[in-house]
Amino acid sequence: MTTPGMVDVFTDTEIETAVAANPAGYAIAALADSDPRILTLSADLSSPLAEFRDRHPGRYIELGIAETNSISVAAGLAACGHVPYIFSMSPFGVLKCAEQLRTDAAYNHLPLRLVGRLSGLAMGFFGTSHHAVEDVAVARAITGMTVVAPADARSVVALMRSTAGLPGPVYLRIPERPPAVYTADPVIAVGQWPRLRAGGDVTIIGHGMGVGLAVQAAAALAADGIEADVYDAAYLKPFDEAALAESAARTGRVVTVEDHSEVGGLASIVAETAGRRRLGAALRAVALPDADLEVGVPAALYEYYGLTVDGVAAAALELVKSVSTTSI
Amino acid sequence: MSTSTETPAPRGRKGNFAAPLEAAKVPPRPSGSTLERGRPVTRADLSWRADWIRLATVRLIAQAGLGHYASTFSCAEIIATLYYHTLRLRPAEPGWPDRDRFLLGKGHVATGLWPVLADLGYYPEEWLKQFGTVGSPLNDHPNMRLAPGIDFSSGSLGHNLSVGVGMALSGRLFGRDYRTFVLTGDGELQEGQVWEAAMAASHYDLGNLVAIVDANGFSGSGPTSGAMNIEPLADRFTAFGWRASEVDGHDIAALLAAFDGLPDPSERQPVCLIARTRKGRGATLTESAPQSWHLGLMSAEQQAEVTAEITARMQ
Repeated sequence: MTTPGMVDVFTDTEIETAVAANPAGYAIAALADSDPRILTLSADLSSPLAEFRDRHPGRYIELGIAETNSISVAAGLAACGHVPYIFSMSPFGVLKCAEQLRTDAAYNHLPLRLVGRLSGLAMGFFGTSHHAVEDVAVARAITGMTVVAPADARSVVALMRSTAGLPGPVYLRIPERPPAVYTADPVIAVGQWPRLRAGGDVTIIGHGMGVGLAVQAAAALAADGIEADVYDAAYLKPFDEAALAESAARTGRVVTVEDHSEVGGLASIVAETAGRRRLGAALRAVALPDADLEVGVPAALYEYYGLTVDGVAAAALELVKSVSTTSI
Repeated sequence: MSTSTETPAPRGRKGNFAAPLEAAKVPPRPSGSTLERGRPVTRADLSWRADWIRLATVRLIAQAGLGHYASTFSCAEIIATLYYHTLRLRPAEPGWPDRDRFLLGKGHVATGLWPVLADLGYYPEEWLKQFGTVGSPLNDHPNMRLAPGIDFSSGSLGHNLSVGVGMALSGRLFGRDYRTFVLTGDGELQEGQVWEAAMAASHYDLGNLVAIVDANGFSGSGPTSGAMNIEPLADRFTAFGWRASEVDGHDIAALLAAFDGLPDPSERQPVCLIARTRKGRGATLTESAPQSWHLGLMSAEQQAEVTAEITARMQ
């Protein structure tokens, strides 16, 4: 039984409902068809790998509730020529294993991929232990780590393809059933931010579930005559500095949207870049506060923290009204 | 596509492997100068080599200005026996897939490994002269990207037994018969990840994995089991499904017997050799005050005294 608004990755029937519910699991099974180097490892998260286990039964390794061991084992496998994908829950796979990711994977330039399911507030009901809202901050601080945050199921597949050949480690921050953003499979080059809407009044950039909110908020703003420039920050490291600088300089206003702490995520990426490059843009973060977070089902928490279409549109509107571009 | 009638993957003692991966594609071993396992050597030669490692350690630490004497001295016989007798190596081809792997879990004793790898031809002796300088590929802890012959980087204790599990699993997947050796400290066994790795090694029947514990009885701040009891070590590894035994880590004959008696890598039980050693072994100065010489720099007089004591034994 699944609590309304929750995703239960432990139940195979849930996984079977559609590829859309488990794009990473199906994508890795397909990628492994043509790349014999690929293995999957699970830290007690084998259900999303049902398809992979069927198709590649000799290439799946269960390591139990032992995330740190899983990362280091994967590093040993990678050092022997394999490309291991570790499926883990984001709060544990990244935060508990930050040092293994840095010391065993990144320092050694090994092609290890951490597929973080249940990122952000996807397990918000289970308590703050299960929130993964610092993972981008930690992962992107690690030299050599590539960090991607797909916006929807098609984007998951695109980014798994896009990162498949990278020589170093990758963290894939998988969102749980966000609304579709792409109507066709996107092709996203390494470090690129797809531009989803063109406008000159305000820049709205999201990652993960924030992209869908950005797109829908932009549509709502258009009804009020405000045209937003919308980007999918699919790559958080490396990120599309050229796109950010161009858009921010042009609109003078940037709203970031993410189910991540306001510390260290996309909001920080934009602020760091704006300061370093003297872009002169006013910034507004729709993100989770640097505070003790509440507990609840994801939809309720998104509402509570303003991670909604209305919340994003209101933030953009306020920015447009309060900041005159002529004064910048 | 998976279906609702799908049978979950087996999760028992046998693990999840259906068959060795692409075993048929493993290329034949290329010809080259391979140092085979069990190559002939005398006990006297290995004892000499262990002291040679100690002398080089004193010299390299003096050059760098700081280093780990006592922990290196405690495993000098182990390193000498592995590198001059036990391991199957190809120094001219450090990435040779069929080489035996050696992971230095207690990475702070890399100083003792650098002269060995130079002597075996992994890199020029001249590299040793850069030790301790910015930009040197040889550092206080080993970096696999910089130093040929290092199978994995280390420095953060508790990681390398897990890495060794990964390498041993790869050997199984590729159908290769190499062994993976991991040298851990005894204090390192206080790290919880070691026991996650120990669990995984026996779960996956990794008889191609050998853990050697340099049980010198001390960690950085005092007696190991005074800080946190790790004994009885053999019983603990046995309880985790390993074939565990004790050996005098300074007795060359005992080490030779232990390494020569390793079960075939195709066997299904990981092996743990608990090497009882003395921290600082080999010089009165370091052996009488092992704690003081965990990390430090000997004065010129102390270096001369220790060098003379060791050299006298090597004549």
